[in-house]
Amino acid sequence: MLRNDAFRNPAIVQKLKEKIWAASKRPIKIMEFCGTHTHAIHRFGIRQLLPPTIEMFSGPGCPVCVTDTVDIDHAIALSRIPDVIVATFGDLLRVPGTRESLLSSKASGARVEMVYSPLDAMKIASGNPFCRVVFLGIGFETTAPAVAASIAEAVSSGLDNYSVLSMHKLTPPAMRAIVDSHEIALDGILCPGHVSIVTGWKAWRFLPDSLHIPAAVAGFEPVDILWGIAEIVRQCEEGKPRVANTYPRSVTQIGNVAARETMERVFEAGPASWRGLGAIPMSGMNIRDEYGLHDARRLFDVEVPESAAPEGCHCGDVIRGIFRPDACPLFRSVCTPAHPVGPCMVSSEGSCAAYYLYG
Amino acid sequence: MIPMCLAVPALITRIDGVMAEAELAGNETSVNVLFTPDVKVGDYVMMHAGYAMSILSSSEAQETFDLLEAMAGLDAEE
Repeated sequence: MLRNDAFRNPAIVQKLKEKIWAASKRPIKIMEFCGTHTHAIHRFGIRQLLPPTIEMFSGPGCPVCVTDTVDIDHAIALSRIPDVIVATFGDLLRVPGTRESLLSSKASGARVEMVYSPLDAMKIASGNPFCRVVFLGIGFETTAPAVAASIAEAVSSGLDNYSVLSMHKLTPPAMRAIVDSHEIALDGILCPGHVSIVTGWKAWRFLPDSLHIPAAVAGFEPVDILWGIAEIVRQCEEGKPRVANTYPRSVTQIGNVAARETMERVFEAGPASWRGLGAIPMSGMNIRDEYGLHDARRLFDVEVPESAAPEGCHCGDVIRGIFRPDACPLFRSVCTPAHPVGPCMVSSEGSCAAYYLYG
Repeated sequence: MIPMCLAVPALITRIDGVMAEAELAGNETSVNVLFTPDVKVGDYVMMHAGYAMSILSSSEAQETFDLLEAMAGLDAEE
């Protein structure tokens, strides 16, 4: 099996760079939707390889970053219930809510456990039958099927003390909202590779078909990213937008049907509030009625204080791509990975963390 | 911390129903293969949040690499 390292081959990187420089004639703006792309682009110095005609913008593809403060506050309120154990992916722990974070709630006595998988949260539930375990479901189409499967398994195995606070979100509606806002006149979209494993590359067809925007689904190695950019440049220059699949070793046209079926069996689309983007119709994943006994929103009647984003924080603007992290007055002076003010500095996929780590 | 959208390649070493053992960066780990029913021992899967989300296509990986290496053209599939 060819290792992923093969896609860091310097000779191929150089040739792709030359190809992009030769093809790119007019100035274009490309958004990389995915936060993991943002980090890879910084880490591998991809921006420095591009001609001045190409400007890259970071998109909203960081699940932790787009989780609204009200949802963080909701999770913290749940952690304050005496018999509740909150289980969460680690990145969410340090995101500031209105008054505190999950980590500070844990420090003051709440039971908050970090897990790598909803399967770990289920194990905590079965090992603590007198407690109620709430898993914080964040993530896009990549993550939602695993969480949906855990809910279905909890039903079939009678794990009644396991529930999920679903904050899952769908990516195509957010991409459309950004394009429709016209805040940035985007010429091309680098589509998320691992979301597309589940959705298939066909999920992005609306970009060329309805919005006339070139698109490429890309992987996360330097060769993958540059190939995706080269495809977008070519489409822009030829005036023929389409969806190019430059990650065929992982992504197919139809995606993972079994994963999507599980996701759609447990969740139904509804409105969701995105940090920075506001309410987007049909972009959230709510737990269906038949799984209501495992829906933490229905099970727990908690009072969530009026939420407010951290003062002076520009994460909302960063998420929309209209504000560079290093233009924020808080960046590096007040807001650092050790003392983050906003989620984009907390998350390992956040744009502010990428700028902080790699410049 | 795991990046939320990042899936990582893992080598399947044993399968027992929907649970499998896999080698991930030199460590043994458990992976749920519910979403990849065709998986076999020896396959690489893209693993995320404890689940295999896809089986990596070794032929596609080699073809892509050969294509790029030759740089004869960059016609991505559509």
